[in-house]
Amino acid sequence: MSSFADVMEQTDFAAVRELIASRTASDVEHALAAEQLSADDLAALLSPAAADFIEQMAQRSAALTEQRFGRVVQMYAPLYLSNECVNKCTYCGFSHELKIARKTLSVEEVVREAKLIREEGFRHLLLVSGEDRRFVNIPYLLEVVSEMNKIFDSLAIEIQPLQEDEYRQLVLAGVDGLVIYQELYDPERYRLYHVAGPKRNYRNRLLAIEGGGRAGMRSLGIGTLLGLGDWRTEAWSVGLHGRWLSRHFWQSRLAVSFPRIRDCAGEYTPDLPVGDPEFVQMICAMRLFLPDAELVMSTREPAALRDNLIGLGVTRMSAGSKTNPGGYASQDHEGEQFEIEDGRPPEEIARIIEERGFEAVWKDFDREFVAPRGG
Amino acid sequence: MMATKPLKKLVIGGVELNSRLFVGTGKFSSPEAMAAAVEASGSALVTVALRRVDVRNPEDRTLSALDFSKYRLLPNTSGARTAEEAVRLAKLARAATGTNWVKLEVTPDPNYLLPDPIETLKAAEQLVADGFVVLPYINADPILAKRLQDVGCATVMPLGSPIGTNRGLKTVDQIRIIIEQATVPVVVDAGIGMPSHAAEAIEMGADAVLINTAIAVARDPSAMARAFRLAVEAAVLAREAGPGESTAKARASSPLTGFLHETKGAAS
Repeated sequence: MSSFADVMEQTDFAAVRELIASRTASDVEHALAAEQLSADDLAALLSPAAADFIEQMAQRSAALTEQRFGRVVQMYAPLYLSNECVNKCTYCGFSHELKIARKTLSVEEVVREAKLIREEGFRHLLLVSGEDRRFVNIPYLLEVVSEMNKIFDSLAIEIQPLQEDEYRQLVLAGVDGLVIYQELYDPERYRLYHVAGPKRNYRNRLLAIEGGGRAGMRSLGIGTLLGLGDWRTEAWSVGLHGRWLSRHFWQSRLAVSFPRIRDCAGEYTPDLPVGDPEFVQMICAMRLFLPDAELVMSTREPAALRDNLIGLGVTRMSAGSKTNPGGYASQDHEGEQFEIEDGRPPEEIARIIEERGFEAVWKDFDREFVAPRGG
Repeated sequence: MMATKPLKKLVIGGVELNSRLFVGTGKFSSPEAMAAAVEASGSALVTVALRRVDVRNPEDRTLSALDFSKYRLLPNTSGARTAEEAVRLAKLARAATGTNWVKLEVTPDPNYLLPDPIETLKAAEQLVADGFVVLPYINADPILAKRLQDVGCATVMPLGSPIGTNRGLKTVDQIRIIIEQATVPVVVDAGIGMPSHAAEAIEMGADAVLINTAIAVARDPSAMARAFRLAVEAAVLAREAGPGESTAKARASSPLTGFLHETKGAAS
C-alpha cells in the first residue's frame, strides 16, 4: 500500500498556498453548492474569499452535522500518563530540555486518576503521554489498559508512534482509538519546530497512524497544531489526509482536532496565530469536506467559543481536563503540557450542551465490542 | 403498478404488533425529547443502540425515559463490525434485559453504515440457533433476504437509502422484489425522510417501516412522529380499502389493435 507520506512529499506547498490565495467568490459558491467536494473546493472554502461566506458555511456545516450525527455531543476526558519526553520541540511544554517536574504515573496512580474521571461521568478516555519508551512502553500500556477496561467503555491513546504489531497488541487488549497529530504537514516548516529526537522524522509520524489503521483501530485522530504554519495549507492537508485515511481504512472512523497553541512551560507564542473567525471558517470547511468525521474540541479553547461551536460542526468535546500526570488527584498545575482555557467542570459543560438543545453523550461505545469487561 | 398485497396481521416472533411504525432512539436532543416523540409515534416497537446505553444499569437515562409497558424493546447491535461482535452484544442485551429480540446490524463502514451481508448472515445463523428472534438490517438485496429467511430470521429489514440520509425509497425496485417473494414480514428501515416515503413503503406492500433520523432531527420531533404515525395509518387504511389498479395511461384507445375491434364491430 502506498502512504499518505508519498502524497505530502510530492505536494508543492507553495503552489497550494497560491491555489488557496487565488480562489474567488465564485469558487466558494461552487464549493458551497457541491455535494461531493474536491480538493479545489476545500481550497476555496479555506481561502480569504470564503471569509465573506462564513454564515453560509456555518449553516451548511450545522445542517450536515445534525443530519450525520444528530443533536448530540460526545464527551471524553484526557488522562496524562507521563510527561517524560525525548523530543525537542520548540512549542511544547514537555520538550526534553525544559526543566519541569517529570513524572510517569504508576498503574495505581493511573487507576486513582481514572476513578476521579469516571466519577465526573466520563465513559470515554484518552490516554496521553510524552514520547519516551523507557517509561511508556507496551508492557506498561497493557497493564494500564487492562485496568482501564474495568472503568471505561472506550479507550484511545495519544502517545509516541508505535509499530503496527504494537498497535495490534493494544487493539486486542481493548484500545479502540488512536490519535497522532502530524502537528505540521509542510515538511519544511516541520523541521523548524521539531529540532531533535525521533519526532524529527516527518515521514515516520505519517506512517504510524497508517500502522494503527492496519492494526484495526476503530477511530483514527489527526490534526495540525495551529499557530506553527500557514493554517490554510495546513487545514487543506488535514482534509486530504482525512479523506485518504477514510478511503484506505474504511472500517475506521475519522476524528479531526483543531489544537490551537496556548501558553505552556516553554513560553512559546505562536508564530502564525489563528484568529477566531479563521478558526470557525476552518471547522466549517472541514465539516463540508469530511461530512462523516468526528470534529473534536478540547479545553484549549475558551469557554465562550466552545459554547458557540456546539452544533456548528463539533461532535466531540472534552471537559474539566488536566494536562499534567496526576493532575486530577493533586489539583496542582506542575508539569502541564499546556494551560487549559475552559476550566469549567464537566457537569456544567453538559448542562450548557443541553441548554443549547443537544444531548451530552457520555457513552457511545461498549467494552463488549472489543474485549470482555475485566475484573 | 403491481396489485398491492392484502394486509395481514403483523406478527413477529409469535407476537402481534398493533403498529406498523417502528422507531429508533438515537440522535435526539435529550432522552425526554426522545421519549415524547416515541409516545407520539404510537409505535409498538422501539429500538435502542446497545452501545449508547448502559444496559446493565436500570437508571440509564435513555432506558429509564421509556415506558416499556407500552412498547416492546428492540435492542440493536449498531456499531458492530463483525458477526462475532454483534453476537456478543446480542447476548449481553438478552442477559441484561431479558428480551430475546435483536435488531441485527453489522455495519463495518462507519460513514454510510451500510450493512455487511456476509457477516450479517453469519451472525443471524448463530443467533437464531441460540434462540433469538432476529430482525436483520440489510441492503435491499432480494437473495440475501431469502437466505436470511431460510436461516430463520423473523423479518427482513431492507434499507430505502443509507441511514440518516432522509432520501426516501431509492432502492424501490429491489424492495418490490423482496416484498413479492418474502415469507416473513418486510420492514423498510433507513433512509425514510418524510411521511410520504413511509406511506409509499406501506402502500407498496411493506409490513412496517422503521424511522429514526427523520423524527429525531426534525425541529419538533413529537409533531414529526405524529405525522409519520398518520402517514402509516393512512397507508394501512388504503390497503385495507383495496385500492383500484393504476395504469400509466387512460385506456380509451388502442392504436395498434383497434382494427380488431373495428372488424368485430363491422361483422356484428
